[in-house]
Amino acid sequence: MEWFQTWSADFCDTFARCFIKDNRYILLLDGIGVTIRVSLVAVLIGIAIGLLIALCNLSSNKLLKLIGGIYTDVIRGTPSVTQLMIIYFVIFASVNLSKWIIAAIAFGINSGAYVSEIIRAGILSVDKGQTEAGRSLGLSASQTMTRIVIPQAVKNIFPALCNEFIVLIKETAIVGYVGLMDIQKAGDFIKSATFEAFMPLIGTAIIYYVLIKILTLVLNRVESRLRASEVR
Amino acid sequence: MIKVKNLHKQFGDLKVLNGINEHIEAGEVVVVIGPSGSGKSTFLRCLNLLEDVTEGEIYVDDEMINAPSVDVNLIRQKMGMVFQHFNLFPHLSIMDNITLAPVLLKKMTKEEAVKKGQELLTTVGLLDKADAYPAQLSGGQKQRVAIARALAMNPEIMLFDEPTSALDPEMVGEVLDVMKDLAKSGMTMVIVTHEMGFAREVASRVLFMDQGQILESGTPDEVFNHPKNERTKNFLSKVL
Repeated sequence: MEWFQTWSADFCDTFARCFIKDNRYILLLDGIGVTIRVSLVAVLIGIAIGLLIALCNLSSNKLLKLIGGIYTDVIRGTPSVTQLMIIYFVIFASVNLSKWIIAAIAFGINSGAYVSEIIRAGILSVDKGQTEAGRSLGLSASQTMTRIVIPQAVKNIFPALCNEFIVLIKETAIVGYVGLMDIQKAGDFIKSATFEAFMPLIGTAIIYYVLIKILTLVLNRVESRLRASEVR
Repeated sequence: MIKVKNLHKQFGDLKVLNGINEHIEAGEVVVVIGPSGSGKSTFLRCLNLLEDVTEGEIYVDDEMINAPSVDVNLIRQKMGMVFQHFNLFPHLSIMDNITLAPVLLKKMTKEEAVKKGQELLTTVGLLDKADAYPAQLSGGQKQRVAIARALAMNPEIMLFDEPTSALDPEMVGEVLDVMKDLAKSGMTMVIVTHEMGFAREVASRVLFMDQGQILESGTPDEVFNHPKNERTKNFLSKVL
């Protein structure tokens, strides 16, 4: 059992050095705050942009269609790190905004392209008869869309949107590129400061995992609520 | 009330309507019969502008409704439409299905619409289902709600597109009964159906369509008992 005692003493020592000494856990806690803030704001921006682009893509107006098509094409065709850096260092270079807000905008713009495809599929999944019924009652196209089609589409696309949200949270691990101290960057910082790789990186992974687990449980709850109103 | 002049409808190369001329008076109950693919449903859908008209003119109350300058939404408020597959809004309760359009289009306040909704649900015998959701209803009940929903807009004309075709046989009667009552109340109705018994009993006029044309038009007695056109005779010999 001696090996175990040495090992556990070693483990505790490393743990203390990585997370307790110099209050390094504060870095991680702040990092969690940054990750959550960036993700939350980005997901909202993403849904707003996604809805807009989806409507452009579905519209019969050729110009809107073109705009929507180019947007999705460009965003999907370039890495998100590159987009983040372009938005931070080029587009917002001379704008005085908090770093995390700029990052959130960048991720929102990125996410919007993917969300738009989800929403487009959701809208197309609603039976054409629903639109016809709405229009036959005298509702305008936009009234039919907002009152009849979109509420039904939301239920259909909810799982896919949750998935996109989770992907987005993990994607934000690249904000270190523009100097934001999120969970990943904090873990990386501890790694450099302590010359320990295992503890800070596994710690980072566990924090992401727990965050996403909690989120998944909450979203599952919301989804079963949504389904409850639709008795089949 | 409805005048149709030389109506043509084409889907790509497929000609579905080949020059329809028809005049429907207020209070008439016109039943359109004919084989599948004869253009009956397309004709009905053109009347409600759910299909773009390729050529020809449709007048409702002497207003040409397929003119580009016309507000389609206002025209449609005059016409209720009942679909084969009901198309109730599954995310809304029965009462909300009925009150949505009148309230949204500011024809009624919420209270007025609910009161009207209760009256209509009473007429179709479904007042106890006001708070239910469409998924909890049988097919026949859904179709009766769909009729109530269309009537909530106080339309001048009701269009029925094969309203009983998607129903279990035992539920057809309850829907036809509602339609009979509606016909007796003097509503102008255009009905596409395969229910020949219903056509015979309720129609003030029967139209026989085939290959995008109206081949025969007359009272149920004329069309069913003394058809003049060979195609009509042939069709009726198969379905009666």
